[in-house]
Amino acid sequence: MKTERIVLHFPKELADKPVVVNLVKKFNLDFNILKATITPDEEGLMVLELSGEDDNFKKGIEYLKDLGVEIQPLSQDVVWLEDKCVHCGYCVSYCPTKALYREDYLVRFDSQKCTACGICVELCPYNAMEIKIFV
Amino acid sequence: MRTIEEINEKIRLGKAVVVTAEEMINIVKEKGVERAAKEVDVVTTGTFGIMCSSGIYFNIGHTKPRIKLGGGKVYLNGVPAYAAYAAVDLFLGATALPDDDPRNKYYPGDFTYGGGHVIEDLVAGKEIRITAQAYGTDCYPRRFLDAYITINDINEAVLFNIRNAYQNYNVAVNSSNRVLYTYLGVLKPKYGNANYSSAGQLSPLLNDPYYRTIGIGTRIFLGGGIGYVAWHGTQHNPSVERTERGIPKGGAGTLAVIGDLKQMNAKWLRGVSMKGYGVSLAVGIGVPIPILDEEMAFYTSVSDEDILAPVVDYATAYPNRESDVITYVSYKELKSGYIELFGKKVPTSPLSSYSKAKEIAETLKSWIKEGKFFLTSPSAPLPGVESGIKFKPFSGREILEEVEKK
Repeated sequence: MKTERIVLHFPKELADKPVVVNLVKKFNLDFNILKATITPDEEGLMVLELSGEDDNFKKGIEYLKDLGVEIQPLSQDVVWLEDKCVHCGYCVSYCPTKALYREDYLVRFDSQKCTACGICVELCPYNAMEIKIFV
Repeated sequence: MRTIEEINEKIRLGKAVVVTAEEMINIVKEKGVERAAKEVDVVTTGTFGIMCSSGIYFNIGHTKPRIKLGGGKVYLNGVPAYAAYAAVDLFLGATALPDDDPRNKYYPGDFTYGGGHVIEDLVAGKEIRITAQAYGTDCYPRRFLDAYITINDINEAVLFNIRNAYQNYNVAVNSSNRVLYTYLGVLKPKYGNANYSSAGQLSPLLNDPYYRTIGIGTRIFLGGGIGYVAWHGTQHNPSVERTERGIPKGGAGTLAVIGDLKQMNAKWLRGVSMKGYGVSLAVGIGVPIPILDEEMAFYTSVSDEDILAPVVDYATAYPNRESDVITYVSYKELKSGYIELFGKKVPTSPLSSYSKAKEIAETLKSWIKEGKFFLTSPSAPLPGVESGIKFKPFSGREILEEVEKK
């Protein structure tokens, strides 16, 4: 059993085709859509939590790649800029998954727990959180 | 027990005993006030938080041919500066915004760049684009200027903050059904969170609650350099209710501070964007407190549990300037991550950085220990409780009322 959060970039020609549903139909995978958007140039972007048997998981990813979907692990997309962080801790109580937390009076970021909801990016007065899936 | 001159002599000899306000708590707890007062010479404090009433003034030097910016218009990276001095003196406040910033028209606004950010960029040594229009005179014929300047090109550059280092502050909550965007951060509906902004036990004025040692001329850590207390800050309000040990139960004393911007460091002067509210500047300040006697040892031993802050509703009471306080909570509770409100656990968020406050107190401590920083006797005291000074609400004669009467 494997669970991972991934970011899918759909090319234009796939934007109006059913794709994600086939992960269930063909590969018996579970998914939870954390974010889905179509950009002005019609590229689709989706943040998924995907889980299933290891083998099926691999096949599902292969299926997406063969269709031309670009895949990134989610953790690559949210960045904590430590040199900009003043460790005030303002963000911590807003983070819904506790990816941002405090150790004594220092802020820490566990990228594996991050769902890229973007709340911290909007809130941080010092611009210390960056989310790259919007780029 | 000891004078400031005696403390400075010890600093000179490298023999001064200097501790942070955090360390002083345990020293007094373990040894008692009497022994602590005998052993400790100086207690250092610190605070790092968003302080909107901050700004800089500077002199860019005379252009050839000359231009008189006074009475004209000046922008720094698109942010308007105050130009109504003589020819080439400018003032820039932390909350200034570019004319074309959408502000809250697209609610809640992002406020990505403003006065505070220009100050940070200038201190960091970056090039700042100055664009100016003037009306031209016989002695100052030039009408336009478009150039890049850096902190090294200009003459005096001075940080002059008219209200900083608030002695205690509100805890903000929101009773309404919608999200509020305030200077104390985003407030979730139905008392969903509680935000506060003070270094508590490390905060300068909470360690000298009656302003016995901090006064006009006091030398301080300011923005990574050395600064001075210039005056009491605006809205200085010493006559508020206090606890038994003299700690104000809400916003009270404030400091106006000044210092050479060229010595400062962008690490301690940070531009800030508060969603739905505006831009500002986070400032690092540290004040040394001489332990003149047992009373000062006692005051500097204040800990978070002794300091109470008022919980105020930013949906109703605050915007309408009503004085209602829901309850008082201690900084110990606030720093635990939760307070209890109406029998419910409410998560807390600080806007002031305690770890940076500590770093400032430690830095100041090492400056003093290394003999690089000496203490000062104030030239004049700050107005205290006895002054009777009270922070007055607006009492101008509003024209709107007359219109309504007609």
